[in-house]
Amino acid sequence: MMIPRGQTIRAIVSFALLAFSAAPATGARAPALADAAGNYRIASSSVIHFSIAQVGGGGGIAGNFAKFSGGFRLDRDNIGRSSVEFTLYPESVRSSERRIENFLRSSAVFDTANYKTVTFRSTSVTQTGPDTATVEGTLTARGKARKERFAVTLTDWNRRSISFTIRGSIRRSPYGIDVGTPIYSNVVEFDMNIRGLRR
Amino acid sequence: MLRNSDSGFGSATIVLHWTIAVLILGLTLLGFIMRRTEIDPALQFSLYQWHKSFGFTALGLAILRTAWWFIERSPAPVAGLGPLEHIAARMAHSVLILLALVVPLAGWAVVSASTLNIPSFYFNAIVIPHLPLAQSETSEAFWTFAHALLAYLTLGLVVLHAAAALYHHSIRRDEVLVRMLRPSFGLRRSRTLDAHENDDTAVERK
Repeated sequence: MMIPRGQTIRAIVSFALLAFSAAPATGARAPALADAAGNYRIASSSVIHFSIAQVGGGGGIAGNFAKFSGGFRLDRDNIGRSSVEFTLYPESVRSSERRIENFLRSSAVFDTANYKTVTFRSTSVTQTGPDTATVEGTLTARGKARKERFAVTLTDWNRRSISFTIRGSIRRSPYGIDVGTPIYSNVVEFDMNIRGLRR
Repeated sequence: MLRNSDSGFGSATIVLHWTIAVLILGLTLLGFIMRRTEIDPALQFSLYQWHKSFGFTALGLAILRTAWWFIERSPAPVAGLGPLEHIAARMAHSVLILLALVVPLAGWAVVSASTLNIPSFYFNAIVIPHLPLAQSETSEAFWTFAHALLAYLTLGLVVLHAAAALYHHSIRRDEVLVRMLRPSFGLRRSRTLDAHENDDTAVERK
């Protein structure tokens, strides 16, 4: 979704440089869109990390989600027409201790008894740099759907897989999850490493 | 009127006494409710934070109360109080003063030793730092037990203390309870003092 169109040219130039001078092809890190385009399944080796700052600094709450699924499609002709859909299962939340995990599963936070999933469906993808993009979409948690934005950076790719770091700051109160504020920040920082395997 | 006199308590003592009394009873009730397992988790979190804010308030007032208790004279015992009764009352009051300090300190220790590391945000205004205790499950469990045990001990002693006051008021019909309700103006009681009490009217200091 963040494969720049201009990268094709850059890759060609780099290959040309490589051919003539054997200089390191530093600019060729991002793949040509034509090479990267396709459908990907989000690998279970991906990491969905979150953290919430606490008043006075120090620690806060952090953890990750062990169970999730989804996929994305990188459009061959226009990166802006790429899309991503993602589902995570908050029941699988992992944190520093059981009490925190159970609290996050409870009616105070994810209410997993009534809402099994948190979903994200992209509505637009905008390239912001050679290897960066912004993905906007609809995040649905506890039955409330809101538009959210994530910043995506390409980190690695090969013929079979492609990896990104994805960061986003999500305000939780609009989803009815304002428990613990103002001791704990209203903003949840998501820091994810998403690896896609070509379908 | 602010200060204690030989014949009764000043308003400072009375206000501290009743404010701390209300806080102790309220905090005990709150502590009991918030520990119930079937409580709504979001409500439980809030109740814990209220308990902490009011608990720190109780600690602050208990420190003032203790300082005042050391600085101020105690009024002479009421007429007709036997020496043993006087000693028993003094001991009960000393232990109550001590528990009013120790129970919230133990509560602070729970917060500090807890692996949850939840900040104490006093009425969502000031962060009160943790006590320098190692955070571990064992330490948290110990202080939780100590805090609860001391709190129930306090509650028991408060019941005894209140029963004694009511006994003095209703059966002995003396001034014990009334003295803690109505500030003394430093005047002698209008009632005739008997010989025994006259001996005790010298200013008593702890």
